[in-house]
Amino acid sequence: MHRFANPARFLRLAKVILPWSNAVAALCLGAGLYFALLGSPADYQQGESVRIMYVHVPSAWMGMFCYVAMAVFSAMALIWKHPLADLLAKATAPVGAAFTFLCLLTGSLWGKPMWGTWWAWDARLTSMLILLFLYFGYMALVNAFDDPERGHKAAAILALVGAVNVPVIKWSVDWWNTLHQPASVVKMGGPAIDSSMLVPLLLMAVGFKAYWISILILRGRAEIAAQKVRIIRMAQIHAAAQGE
Amino acid sequence: MNRFFEVVRRDLRLALRQGSDSVMVVTFFVLTVVLFPFGIGPEANVLERVSAGVLMVTALLASMLSLDRLFQADYEDGSLELLVLTPAPLGMVVAAKMLAHWLTTGLPLMAAAPVLAVLLHMHEDGFLTLLAAMALGTPVLSLVGGIGAALVLGARRGGVLLSLLILPLYVPVLIFGVGAIDAAVQGMSAKPHLLILAAMLAAALVLAPWASAAALRQALE
Repeated sequence: MHRFANPARFLRLAKVILPWSNAVAALCLGAGLYFALLGSPADYQQGESVRIMYVHVPSAWMGMFCYVAMAVFSAMALIWKHPLADLLAKATAPVGAAFTFLCLLTGSLWGKPMWGTWWAWDARLTSMLILLFLYFGYMALVNAFDDPERGHKAAAILALVGAVNVPVIKWSVDWWNTLHQPASVVKMGGPAIDSSMLVPLLLMAVGFKAYWISILILRGRAEIAAQKVRIIRMAQIHAAAQGE
Repeated sequence: MNRFFEVVRRDLRLALRQGSDSVMVVTFFVLTVVLFPFGIGPEANVLERVSAGVLMVTALLASMLSLDRLFQADYEDGSLELLVLTPAPLGMVVAAKMLAHWLTTGLPLMAAAPVLAVLLHMHEDGFLTLLAAMALGTPVLSLVGGIGAALVLGARRGGVLLSLLILPLYVPVLIFGVGAIDAAVQGMSAKPHLLILAAMLAAALVLAPWASAAALRQALE
């Protein structure tokens, strides 16, 4: 892990990974969308609207996964002062927020025909909404300081504090009697859905993860470049001040 | 332990001599609650239904508005750096400041709440539970809010930012506080809700001063 604290090494590794993650994302999302929209049967209860699930469920997984990743990066940054972990945590936040929003949006589009309502205040939905606000808080805090270093540190602590929400989301359907159905893919005794539906679901999930890796690399690169620009500018100002 | 009470005494003395802070918090609480009968109409049954929620939400907002004085003034005049430099563990100093904050905001809010509950026609079965829920809930607000107050030190537009950071974390207190009062009014046991509030207080009591101390160290680095 500490090997990759060196930005140059990270950039070299990123160059190798990026084409692969792009290809995996494109292939999995393409195949997943084909199976989700055309190549899978309609549900006997939900009809065609079950197809929303192929976006909704992986988005929800990603929303939580990105938060956990952000919290782990933040912990790494605070404990080992790992310089890249800060940047990666910051790069993950908008992706996680976008997926969380997508999850809430597709959920309400599905909820209208199925539950007869766009929104219900049950534990799963509410805790997911709080997750979205935690992402917003993180992103606001990271950018609230003149010194970017200070923003990273403060936001890292916030990410760790907010991590208490993740297990609450995960088990909210078991702890409370919710409108949202309990877990059916990851549970004891194997998944409770048919393989014709499981395959597109997993393809979409893998595609989303690969997409996240690509975005992480691109944003990480951009952050490193921005830091270089900042340092060069500072050096120029310093040189100009010396010359006078 | 002496140092702990020394910091509590110092903060209380500052709050009392500077005067109006606690009064302002309670005034905000009373005024906002009084707005609701104008907003939703004076029917007793409607007010009774929403009374628990209105009281908890406004208490939460009042507590949040007073958070900036937890560290901000000390940060600006430099005394926070001296507090960090004292030989006492920083977590303990922070816990003392949070206790002082609760004594000057949470406690007055608790005192004002039953009077306002009468104004909102809350059923009298709910009064004791209201006090219990606030006694367990408002310290959590001071503890968790302290983390936010420490995080936004030196930030641009710290006040608005603080509410964005802290309000999502306040939601559990609100849910279980109102849940307890509603259960008591409907003749059910409020105990499970109160126990969860107590568990949150126990967890926050241990973790919040520690997280807040970490945030203060970053702010003063």
